[in-house]
Amino acid sequence: MATTTDQVDNGVNVEALLGAREALTDQPEGAKFQWRATCKWIYGTQSQSTIKGFYGLGSEQEHKTEFTFDADHPEIFASEDKGATPVEMVLAGLASCLTAGVASVAQRREIQLKSVSATLEAGMDIQGILGIDSDVRNGFDGIKVTYHIDADATPDEIKAIVAQSQKRSAVYDVVTNPTNVTVEVA
Amino acid sequence: MRTTTVVIGAGHAGLAMSQCLSERSIDHVVLERGEVANSWKTERWDSLRLLTPNWQSRLPGHTYEGDEPDGFRSMPETIDFIERYAEVISAPVQSHTRVTSVRRNGEGYKIETDQGNWHCRTVVIATGACNVPSVPAVAEALPAAIEQVTPDRYRNPGQLEEGGVLVVGASATGTQIAHEVHRSGRPVTLAVGEHIRAPRVYRGRDIKWWMDAAGVLDQRYDEVDDIVRARNVPSLQLAGSPERRMVDLNSLTGMGVKLIGRMAHVHNGKAQFSGSLPNQCMLSDLKMNRLLDSIDEWATESGLDDKVEPPHRFEPTEVEASPPLEMDLSNGAIRTVIWATGFRPDYSWLEVPVLDHKGCIRHDGGAAVSPGMYLIGMPFLRRRKSSLIDGAGDDARDLSCHLASYLNWSSAAALS
Repeated sequence: MATTTDQVDNGVNVEALLGAREALTDQPEGAKFQWRATCKWIYGTQSQSTIKGFYGLGSEQEHKTEFTFDADHPEIFASEDKGATPVEMVLAGLASCLTAGVASVAQRREIQLKSVSATLEAGMDIQGILGIDSDVRNGFDGIKVTYHIDADATPDEIKAIVAQSQKRSAVYDVVTNPTNVTVEVA
Repeated sequence: MRTTTVVIGAGHAGLAMSQCLSERSIDHVVLERGEVANSWKTERWDSLRLLTPNWQSRLPGHTYEGDEPDGFRSMPETIDFIERYAEVISAPVQSHTRVTSVRRNGEGYKIETDQGNWHCRTVVIATGACNVPSVPAVAEALPAAIEQVTPDRYRNPGQLEEGGVLVVGASATGTQIAHEVHRSGRPVTLAVGEHIRAPRVYRGRDIKWWMDAAGVLDQRYDEVDDIVRARNVPSLQLAGSPERRMVDLNSLTGMGVKLIGRMAHVHNGKAQFSGSLPNQCMLSDLKMNRLLDSIDEWATESGLDDKVEPPHRFEPTEVEASPPLEMDLSNGAIRTVIWATGFRPDYSWLEVPVLDHKGCIRHDGGAAVSPGMYLIGMPFLRRRKSSLIDGAGDDARDLSCHLASYLNWSSAAALS
C-alpha cells in the first residue's frame, strides 16, 4: 500500500474537500445547495432534460457547459427508443454518485485505484406502472450494485471504501429513504 | 457564598474532579441536583449492569479490591460504589441543590441554585452527556395509541403492554432492551441505523481488557484524525451480563428479533424505514474486524500469542434479502415504541456563550472556551475512555492541573 498522498493520485482534490468541510462547519448557510433540472416534452414518451444552473455557497452557480439528457422508452413499450429509460437514468445517477465516492474515499485513505467498474441491476414488475395490480409498486423491487475494483489495498479495505461511499452518498440516500415530493402546475 | 471552584454534578466524574482538587488544596464545593449518583438511581433500567468490568472502574484514590474483578456491577452495586467513593474522598457534596443559572461575573462565575448563590473563580461542568433522551422528530407523527418509552423511563418489560415492540436504535441500550423485551414474550422489531458491533470476549479476554491493554482507550483527542466524528460514534454493542453474552444483531435475530432499517419517516400511521440496512451492517462488521486486526497485531508484538486463545473472526451479520421498508403502526401489531436513539446534555441553565450550533460546549480537551470553565465526563473529551468511569481519573488529573495553572496565572495577572 502506498504511504504518502503525493504517491496516490485518483484525481480527487481531498485537501480542497476537507477545506470546504472546515469552512462550511462555521458557515452552515453556505452549505445549503439547490439542484435544478428543466425538462421539455419532445414527442410521444420522449423528453429532454437540461441542466445548467444551481445554487450553493450563498450564490447562484453554473456548470461550465449546459448538459442535456434525452429520455424515452424502448420499442417494446411502443416507443421510439430515442433515449435511456428514466429509471435507467436513476441507476446511472446512483452509480456515478457511488463511484465518485469510491474515488474520494480511496484518495482520503491514500489508496491508489487502478480500475473501478460497477454493474447495476434493478428489478421491476411493470404490472404496477401498467395499473394491472395496485398491490405492485411502480418502482424498483430492489437495486443490486456490483463493484469490480482493482486497487493497492486488501479486500477488506476495498469493501470499507465501498461501504463508506454509500454512507456519504446523496443519491444512495435519495433512493433508500423517503423524500417528500410536491408536483405543481404553474 | 464564595469558593474557588464549583463542581456541578456528583457523579463519578464530578467526584474524581473533587478528589483531584482536594489533592491540590483547591477550595471547592460539589453541587448535586439530587443525591450522589443521581442518574444511576433514577434513570436506569432494572437489569442494567455496567458495560465495563469491575477492575476497570478505577478512580483517583480508589482501585477495585473485590474478588470478582471480571464481573459487571449491577445498578445497586454501581450506586453503592459511587456513594462509597464520595465518602472515602470526603467530597464536599451539597446535595438536593439544583443549579438554575451559571453566568460570567467579573473574572469568575456566579452560580445560582435553588439553595442560594455561589461566587467562584472556576467552574467544572460534570453534569454528564446523557441528560435528555434524543428522540427524533418523527416521534410526533406516531399514532396516539402507540405507547412511547425513552430509556431513562424504561425499567423492565413488565411495564410495557403485551404485544409487539419497535425498538429504535441498535447500540448498547437498544440491543440490551430488545433482548430482554423479546424474551418477555413481546415480539421485537429492531430498527438499525449506525451501530458498532463488538464481541464481549475475544481470544478468551474481555474486549475492554484488550482495548485497555493495547492502549486503544488511552488514545488522545489531539491524536485522532477526526475528533468531531470520534466524539459522536455510537456506543459499542455490549452488555455486562454475568454469562458474558454477546448481544450483536446475529444473536438477536437468532432468538427471533426482526431487523429493519433506520426509521426514516411516519406518514398516515405507517412508518417507513431506510433501505440502508445491509450497508449499516457491512460498515459495522468491517469496523469490528479492523479493531480485532489491531488487537491481533498488538498481541503478536507483545508476545501474547501463546498465552491467549488463537485469533478468529465472527460470522458476518446476517440480513434478510429484502427487509421490509414499511410497517403499519395503526393495526395494533406494534403497541410500544422504545426510543434507544441516544441522549444529549441539557445546558438550559448555562448563560455563558460557549455553545456551538449543535448545542455542545466548545472546548479544547475539556477546557471550555470561557476561561476558568471546565467540562468533564463527556465522550472522547481528552481520551477514548473519557466517557467511562475509568476515564474520569486521567481527565480529572489533567484538567485540575490546567485549572490550578489558570488560578495561579489569573491571580498573578490581577496583582500586576
